[in-house]
Amino acid sequence: MEFLTQVRWSPYAVGIGIGILSWLSFLISRKPIACSTTFARASGMIEKLFRGKKVDLKPYYHKEKLVVDWQWMLVMGIVIGSLISALLSGDFHWKLVPSIWENAFGSAPLLRVIAALFGGICLGFGARWANGCTSGHGISGTLQLAISSWISAACFFIGGILTAHLIFRLIG
Amino acid sequence: MQIKNSETKSRKDKYSLLWGLAFGIVFGFLLQKGGATKYDVIIGQLLLTDMTVVKIMLSAVLTGMIGIYAMKTLGLVELYPKSGSFGRNIIGGLIFGAGFAILGYCPGTIAGAIGNGYLDALTGGLAGILIGSGLFAALYPRLDPVILNKGDFGSITLPKLLKVNDWIVVTPVAVLIFLLLYWLEKISL
Repeated sequence: MEFLTQVRWSPYAVGIGIGILSWLSFLISRKPIACSTTFARASGMIEKLFRGKKVDLKPYYHKEKLVVDWQWMLVMGIVIGSLISALLSGDFHWKLVPSIWENAFGSAPLLRVIAALFGGICLGFGARWANGCTSGHGISGTLQLAISSWISAACFFIGGILTAHLIFRLIG
Repeated sequence: MQIKNSETKSRKDKYSLLWGLAFGIVFGFLLQKGGATKYDVIIGQLLLTDMTVVKIMLSAVLTGMIGIYAMKTLGLVELYPKSGSFGRNIIGGLIFGAGFAILGYCPGTIAGAIGNGYLDALTGGLAGILIGSGLFAALYPRLDPVILNKGDFGSITLPKLLKVNDWIVVTPVAVLIFLLLYWLEKISL
């Protein structure tokens, strides 16, 4: 069982594992693995705490109901699974400023949090606009050979590669 | 009878939620073991200096595609391709990509990053995704008629589009992904 305490596995072992996991999720839960709709539901649920039941009436939440569903639990599971893996290998660390960011922009926490906030807004907004994310389109959709997912996945990486080069090659 | 039915339904829902949690735990475990919960690995991918994320994704797609199309051929599973349009997938994809590079996590890996102890994910990142998603929900009624359906092509897969047997497409795509991975190793990226 030594492999459970290793810090890193080969990316191919991880990828094949995720591929097999997708077989099981199609077979058992009749659903593809996906994550981003959960953040829209969570956002609506938080809004509902402040503004009450009328949030349910928004057309988007009529389409994506504000309930804890299968995918909600999947996203919770990711937090737990990652925590277990990190604890088993001693790779769990509280950390606010990642190394590549620190090398380019320094170790000030506030700047990194503001960037993460702005990036998160684009990511959440873009995921809803594209109707999926790196899991739902990037893995589950492309493996079904869905046209919408191949176009989205290509655009995720085109947008990501261009922006990352802009940030770290031109600004940083 | 009615009560019994709703009882079976709620038990079924509970099992479904538990399976979701179980799949999530394995998914999160794998993402962490692969290094995909780390900002440096994801940004390294987008700067094209570390190909870990692409290797994970392509080997997942290769494995997943062959297995799922095999099960589909055997009549064990059905597919759930998302519907799409150029207005949705190109524009949304590019906005997502920009956010991906600024944040350094995506919606699945940010959950993993939180489990890994990364506080930029838990604070700004998580708050940002929630705000961005809520913003879209607010603007959805205005965006939907104007741009989201531009160039709509429905929920179609590549074999359906080409009107050929699934395996006529699955086989060459599998070979191409395999060759791409082989080439990445060969040039030691």
